[in-house]
Amino acid sequence: MLELSGLHAWHGKSHVLQGVELEVGRGEIVSLLGRNGAGRSTTLKAIIGEVEPHGSIVFRNKQIAGRKSFEIARLGLGHVPENRQVFPGLTVRQNLLLGMKPGAAAGRWNIAELFAMFPLLAARAETPGGVLSGGEQQLLSMCRTLMGDPEMILIDEPTEGLAPKLVEQVGNLLLEIAARGVAILLVEQKRNIAMRISQRLYVMGHGQVVWEGSPDSLARADAVRAEWLEV
Amino acid sequence: MPEILVFATLNGLVTGLLLFMLASGLTVIFSMMGVLNFAHASFYMLGAYFAYSISLWFGYWTGLIVAPLLVGALGALVERYGLRRVHQQGHVAELVFTFGLAFLIEEAVQFFWGPETRNYQAPELLDFPLFTLFGQEFSAYRGFMLAISMSIFLGLYHTLTRSRVGLVIQAAITHPQMTAQLGHNVPLIFTMVFGVGTALAGLAGVIAGPVLTTFPGMALGLGSIVFVIVVIGGLGSLQGALLASLLIGLLQSYAIAADVGVPDLLAMLGVEFPGDHPLDDLWTLHLAQVAPVLPFLLLVLVLVFRPKGLLGKRE
Ligand SMILES: Nc1ncnc2c1ncn2[C@@H]1O[C@H](COP(=O)(O)OP(=O)(O)OP(=O)(O)O)[C@@H](O)[C@H]1O
Ligand SMILES: [Mg+2]
Repeated sequence: MLELSGLHAWHGKSHVLQGVELEVGRGEIVSLLGRNGAGRSTTLKAIIGEVEPHGSIVFRNKQIAGRKSFEIARLGLGHVPENRQVFPGLTVRQNLLLGMKPGAAAGRWNIAELFAMFPLLAARAETPGGVLSGGEQQLLSMCRTLMGDPEMILIDEPTEGLAPKLVEQVGNLLLEIAARGVAILLVEQKRNIAMRISQRLYVMGHGQVVWEGSPDSLARADAVRAEWLEV
Repeated sequence: MPEILVFATLNGLVTGLLLFMLASGLTVIFSMMGVLNFAHASFYMLGAYFAYSISLWFGYWTGLIVAPLLVGALGALVERYGLRRVHQQGHVAELVFTFGLAFLIEEAVQFFWGPETRNYQAPELLDFPLFTLFGQEFSAYRGFMLAISMSIFLGLYHTLTRSRVGLVIQAAITHPQMTAQLGHNVPLIFTMVFGVGTALAGLAGVIAGPVLTTFPGMALGLGSIVFVIVVIGGLGSLQGALLASLLIGLLQSYAIAADVGVPDLLAMLGVEFPGDHPLDDLWTLHLAQVAPVLPFLLLVLVLVFRPKGLLGKRE
């Protein structure tokens, strides 16, 4: 589904991604772990074209490095960014409507169903997005991207700053997304949720992938956790 | 007195809504680019001149439709092949670009149409008094201007707040990256908005040309007032632009209609001066003469007491 090789990216003069290699299969949940500043968010931004990528990014057998964000999105790749980017002046319902791509047919998800899954959002359908709580904004941002019926989504720290109850809801939504055949590349800080739902994990350090394996093998790899994850 | 009030209000509305046709485009384009487009009023002037030339061959009504479309297409081209490239060089370069464009358009107008005023006329069809009140006439053409600008305002409001395109525009203004990542072609949307904004300015020129006269200085005169409006209303605020447009339109109109001089005011207070007093010039200043200065006076007041503008959010 997605395959990165030799991916480099820069923020101004600083060389942030230094040859990232990773792949995600159809319908797979894969997590990208690492300490703050390891380059995880930048990896997602380079894939979606927000940061200029150098190297190869193949998505659904097409080279997408250098394409415009809206074209990449229309190929079926969604991004839920770390700061959520809810449109503050638009209502929850309008935010969701904008997730739909121009002229697209009905997909796997629709507003009624998402509202049924998250009564929290349904209750605030006509409220401006800007006044929602952080957790509500996170759910809205994820649902908005789902409205575009992506084949794969990149999700950046969806549970950051969320109450435990919402963390659980977000975890369940991720499982539901994967159950419908949508691949997920998840960037997470909380290792337990990533370990619980992912099939494979990558660990990043200094702009490169430094380890790759299953949740079980990461649980056993004390040295990797000590060197690249624990603070 | 009541007839003065009625006519001043109507004329103020005509001017105010006309100003809003320019101010709305300018303020929305500002929100998008983060830069004031100094050439905006030049598109207003082009509208009047295009319509004038078209009207010579095909009549007023063809000009009314075709001139704004031409101006809008020109605006879209300017955004796509000019501004978008200059944008990479930063805000200062963009400002200089729009300045240069304003001069270029003024020179081009002088070159093709000459420096003198053009006899661009309102259509004969509308050359009759719409109604007569207290013995004073309100021309059908002014009524027509009011109807056009009113429907533009309602259409614009409806499109921006109710239609899907309007929602995409609102989203793209605050979060261009996110909007693009949801699959919307943001650069195309910006070009369209620029095109529609300049077409509206052109339309304002088409309908105002016969009333405010069509000459090469018309962009400069109106342009400065439109800037004042956008700043008074609050940069980037559409509601603010509407409020400020109406405020300035009405204020000017009332000032002209009232036309009381300082001596009259003083006389009301019971103060009389002999005609040969050294400050005579000041005393004979009339409110109508002050009218053109009022927008700028208001600008200074707003900048001092409310720097972000009446309904603005940013400083
Ligand atoms: N807009 C930016 N401008 C300059 N440098 C940036 C920018 N964004 C990120 N960086 C730098 O790039 C490096 C990688 O940042 P990135 O956001 O990818 O990290 P991360 O792994 O997502 O960590 P976290 O989100 O926990 O901060 C960091 O050193 C960061 O300081
Ligand atoms: Mg990050």
